[in-house]
Amino acid sequence: MNDGGIDIGSTAAKVVCRGDKDISFVIPTGWSCKMAAGAIKNILLKDGVDVSKEDTRVVSTGYGREAVDYAAKTVTEITCHAKGAAEIFGGEKAVTVIDVGGQDTKVINLENGIVTDFIMNDKCAAGTGKFIEIMANRLNVELAEMFELAEKGDPVPISSLCTVFAESEVISHIAEGRSREDIAAGIISSVALKVSSLCSKQRLADKIVLTGGLSENEYFARLLSDRLKKPVDISPEGRYAGALGAAAVASRL
Amino acid sequence: MQKLPDNFETYDEKRKQGFITMKNLKDKGQRVIGTFCSFVPLEIIYAADAIPCGLCASSEEPIPAAEAVLPANLCPLIKASYGFAYTEKCPYFYFSDLIVGETTCDGKKKMFELLNDIKETYVLQLPNGRDFPDALSMWRDEIIRFKEKLEDLYKITITEEDIKKAIKLKNRERDILREYLELGKLDPVPLSGYEMGTLIDASSFSFDIEERCETTAKRTAEVKELWEREFKGKKSTRPRIMVTGCPNMGVRDKIIKNLEELGADCVVIDTCNGIRTQLDKVREDIDVYTALAQKYLNVTCSVMSPNRPRFEEMGVLIDEFKVDAVVEIVLQACHTFNIETYNVKKYVTEEKKLPYMSLETDYSQSDKGQITTRLEAFLEMLM
Ligand code: SF4
Ligand code: SF4
Repeated sequence: MNDGGIDIGSTAAKVVCRGDKDISFVIPTGWSCKMAAGAIKNILLKDGVDVSKEDTRVVSTGYGREAVDYAAKTVTEITCHAKGAAEIFGGEKAVTVIDVGGQDTKVINLENGIVTDFIMNDKCAAGTGKFIEIMANRLNVELAEMFELAEKGDPVPISSLCTVFAESEVISHIAEGRSREDIAAGIISSVALKVSSLCSKQRLADKIVLTGGLSENEYFARLLSDRLKKPVDISPEGRYAGALGAAAVASRL
Repeated sequence: MQKLPDNFETYDEKRKQGFITMKNLKDKGQRVIGTFCSFVPLEIIYAADAIPCGLCASSEEPIPAAEAVLPANLCPLIKASYGFAYTEKCPYFYFSDLIVGETTCDGKKKMFELLNDIKETYVLQLPNGRDFPDALSMWRDEIIRFKEKLEDLYKITITEEDIKKAIKLKNRERDILREYLELGKLDPVPLSGYEMGTLIDASSFSFDIEERCETTAKRTAEVKELWEREFKGKKSTRPRIMVTGCPNMGVRDKIIKNLEELGADCVVIDTCNGIRTQLDKVREDIDVYTALAQKYLNVTCSVMSPNRPRFEEMGVLIDEFKVDAVVEIVLQACHTFNIETYNVKKYVTEEKKLPYMSLETDYSQSDKGQITTRLEAFLEMLM
């Protein structure tokens, strides 16, 4: 008996399996969600989980959730992140979950593990993982390096909240010869600003947690916490929140 | 004989048909007035023996052409309406004798100045609020001036008797439409919000008011009968949604149909193309101009400041239709409705204790995936 949760995001696919086996892993989504879903099926099989078996239930979530043709059910990433966050951080009372995703950023309020309200960013990529990725490309660094640089820098001002304009601000900072550290710091702090402005549209609980790709990032959590004037909890499991939530839904099918 | 647009031959069949129908009406001497808004007292137009044509556009098609003149960052309803006029692709605009605008939102107000270069546009000076001492009398005077404008235009005299007759006619239609829309109160609801919206929109392009009433009444009877026969006593577990906000004909597929396919019922549409304008009738027992001014000052649209009656009306509808949650649709760059979402959310979540979500969107399909995710997540939250 196994319950699988598969969260196919725009950049990474996260998998959690609970039951007879206890497995979790991440693979890059690549250019096709369908192929990622196929690859996940094979990895699980190697680990002894056969998704085609009667006693194995899979729920998929995330931007590529429809591509998982062996899933018994699809559930949105909002519900799954909420359920997952409640498992990781404890969901006994009111919690606000912030998920900075590759494609969009969500702020979700939950009470006793149940979503009561949520908000998502508009069409623009600013304040999402995509923005950090675009800017890392500009600076010619890896994503992880970007945060390391940023921690050492003194943030340059990036005032535009639009990706396209922010990018040209970055280009002019490069042209002016500002250090990569300072520019990286500016970029990350602009993401924190945009995320916190999304948060300001929602009544925040006293307990705030970060899920998704940035949830292991202490530095980002600190920036966010400074802006929100409330502590922001992180966890190494945070990136699996969506998949964990999906597995939790699967266990109740 | 009326002339057709120069590009007529390039139009598709449906559009050609629209032009021919209108041309035939006009050739027979029918008077036609184009309007944009629920604040326009249609009774005056009927009293002038003219037919009103709603010109609010719902399609993305003419927007690129409109953006040659208008800024891109403007409400899609305004851009599309102007675009249809500008490209001569809307038969109703094309064959209107006069366009009637109103001082509602800034976008429309300024667009009317440009529209006037294409065809004469008469702008009604609508007060921006209802609560100051002269609001009603100003609006009453303005309605009289509008009557005089139509008298001048057609070289006719419009008597109070004519107006009384028109008031009766429209009130009867309101009763019938209201009865139809109140089918949404039934549980399980026997018709979709999608159907309700489509019927209301279609009625602004069917010019025989009697025929329109008959079709609607027939449909109401049919649905009632169906409910008694098949649905009565089988309560539904699908969440009952109120849709509020901007006119939504341009996003009906993307939002209302989508919601209903995802497992909810849109039982009441509290917008200009829904029940909002059918609730109040025009009084038949007082001076006609005062009666019209009262009715047409009380449209619960966000352009009015303050707009407390909107919340009261919403509250009544939420209770009567046993609404489980509210979804507000804001068209991109519609500042009045967008700003008002703050208070609507507060009202719905704090006073009515119901879940609320607002969506800002335009007529394009580019955000369809994102919207579907939000709607789905909202429904998961309810179920
Ligand atoms: S929403 Fe307001 S401005 Fe628009 S048509 Fe309705 S009443 Fe007029
Ligand atoms: S939807 Fe808003 S911006 Fe658009 S015409 Fe109506 S009131 Fe004006």
